[in-house]
Amino acid sequence: MHPFRDVVVAGVHNPRQARVLEGETSLSVAIDATLGALADAGLDVRDVDGITGALSSDLAYDLGLGPVWQSASALGIPAVMEAAAQIATGLSDVVVVAAGQAGVYTERASTAPWTRPNHEFVAPYGMFTAAEFALIARRHMHLYGTTAEQMATVAATVRNNGHVHPEAIYAGRGPFTVDDILASRMVADPFHLLECAMTSEGGCAIVLARADRVPDLPQPPVWILGGSTDRLGPSYRHAPAWDLRGRDPDGIPNGYVGRRAARRAFAAAGLGPDDVDVCELYDPFSFEIIRQFEAFGFCGEGEGGPFVMDGTIGPGGRFPITTDGGLMAFSHGGQTSQLLQRVIRGVQQLRGTCTTMQVEGAEVALCSGGGAGALFNDVLLLGRERP
Amino acid sequence: MSPESAPTGEEHLVPQPATIPPPTPSAHSAPYWEAAARHELVYQRCDACGHAEFDPAVVCRRCGARALTWARSAGLGTVYSWTVVWRPQQPSFVVPYAPAIVDLDEGYQMLAAVIGCRVADLTVGLRVAVEFHPVADGFALPYFRPV
Repeated sequence: MHPFRDVVVAGVHNPRQARVLEGETSLSVAIDATLGALADAGLDVRDVDGITGALSSDLAYDLGLGPVWQSASALGIPAVMEAAAQIATGLSDVVVVAAGQAGVYTERASTAPWTRPNHEFVAPYGMFTAAEFALIARRHMHLYGTTAEQMATVAATVRNNGHVHPEAIYAGRGPFTVDDILASRMVADPFHLLECAMTSEGGCAIVLARADRVPDLPQPPVWILGGSTDRLGPSYRHAPAWDLRGRDPDGIPNGYVGRRAARRAFAAAGLGPDDVDVCELYDPFSFEIIRQFEAFGFCGEGEGGPFVMDGTIGPGGRFPITTDGGLMAFSHGGQTSQLLQRVIRGVQQLRGTCTTMQVEGAEVALCSGGGAGALFNDVLLLGRERP
Repeated sequence: MSPESAPTGEEHLVPQPATIPPPTPSAHSAPYWEAAARHELVYQRCDACGHAEFDPAVVCRRCGARALTWARSAGLGTVYSWTVVWRPQQPSFVVPYAPAIVDLDEGYQMLAAVIGCRVADLTVGLRVAVEFHPVADGFALPYFRPV
């Protein structure tokens, strides 16, 4: 029997996202997200007996959930996996995974604080997230001839998904051509501004439940088919080399972080890349989409650049990506919420409730979080059919 | 230069002003920064397996041995990957600057920045040599210049 057979994704919610959410705090956003996701599941705060996420302790107190199982697993898919395991092992019945951030990024002359930990071997060189990921992209360009046009095609695709999505922060900002992307100012070569995630404020929440606790869900149930998390170390403290490995000299390199996680996820699901209908991929920078297609086995090593051309990743393509506009156009609300939002969009795709870029008849969604510039990458496979 | 003006590739890469935030060493990294202040580039070598280790480690990241000994690098290497930053991490940084991962000839990699050339000269495989420039509190920061 599948370990997550009795774990259903019961509710999801994105409250309003914005570049700046005036009058909000991280906690107020997370409360709105939690209550919205519970309402989406047809549940009440009194039904909750587990909560995780960076603000879980505050939420347990302010929503009066206690005594309750609580953990601080914060980074999107790992939090979902932990919540699912909590339910699958019979330790909780209804678990909320919540995130929210507002009022944290105020010193705008610098890059956002979570992009630049003050570590002695990177900070003096002016490193931050965009430069970390640029060092990964540059190596791939050197090895395989990946082009600026290929990367810009990714950015245009994701941003155009956000352009038509009314809830995206950058709704109506497009449409963008490849030339528009390449004409935007350079941030960290090879990344132009429009190839980078935005910084914003926002939050989101997901409710997982034991299936027999929610027999009459208002929305179609969505199931966890498999997932795993890959980590090589802390983000932004060590040189983000493509060839960074653990002790095993033949092990998977940082350039393909996420490959082990994808293999485990597909094995648990009994599926492969060809079974995926929609790829809700994490899009911190344009190149990361190309890298993840290679890491996850959708194409061969070095083939990711050509793979994203010819409409494969766009509307009606074989593997539509990041259909809400992602971190580039939907929201990037700080340290954690955008990691969870890829999962939320996957759920909405499988429910068939997306108002834009709905992939008709989608049965399997692959969601991801993280990237090689940050030394981590997580994979979650969701399905419409109970495993 | 203004971040709004388009890069031409002719921009010259120079060390950052000494006013950037200085490094914050730990007990394990102090020997590295002490050597850097003398304009010496050092790394750790594992006595057990010979693995060259950087940044400073407590145990060998290859074999796990605790027997790591500081050694001096000749400071010669090859650019493994590079970027040019046009939007500074903090206002104290002057753009453009070029963070790079360098393959040192002793067999380890380190993050630093390339100076002493034009932006258009940057390429994977560029041969470089270390040089040191002062930052606050008596620290010196290694940079790499094409040779």
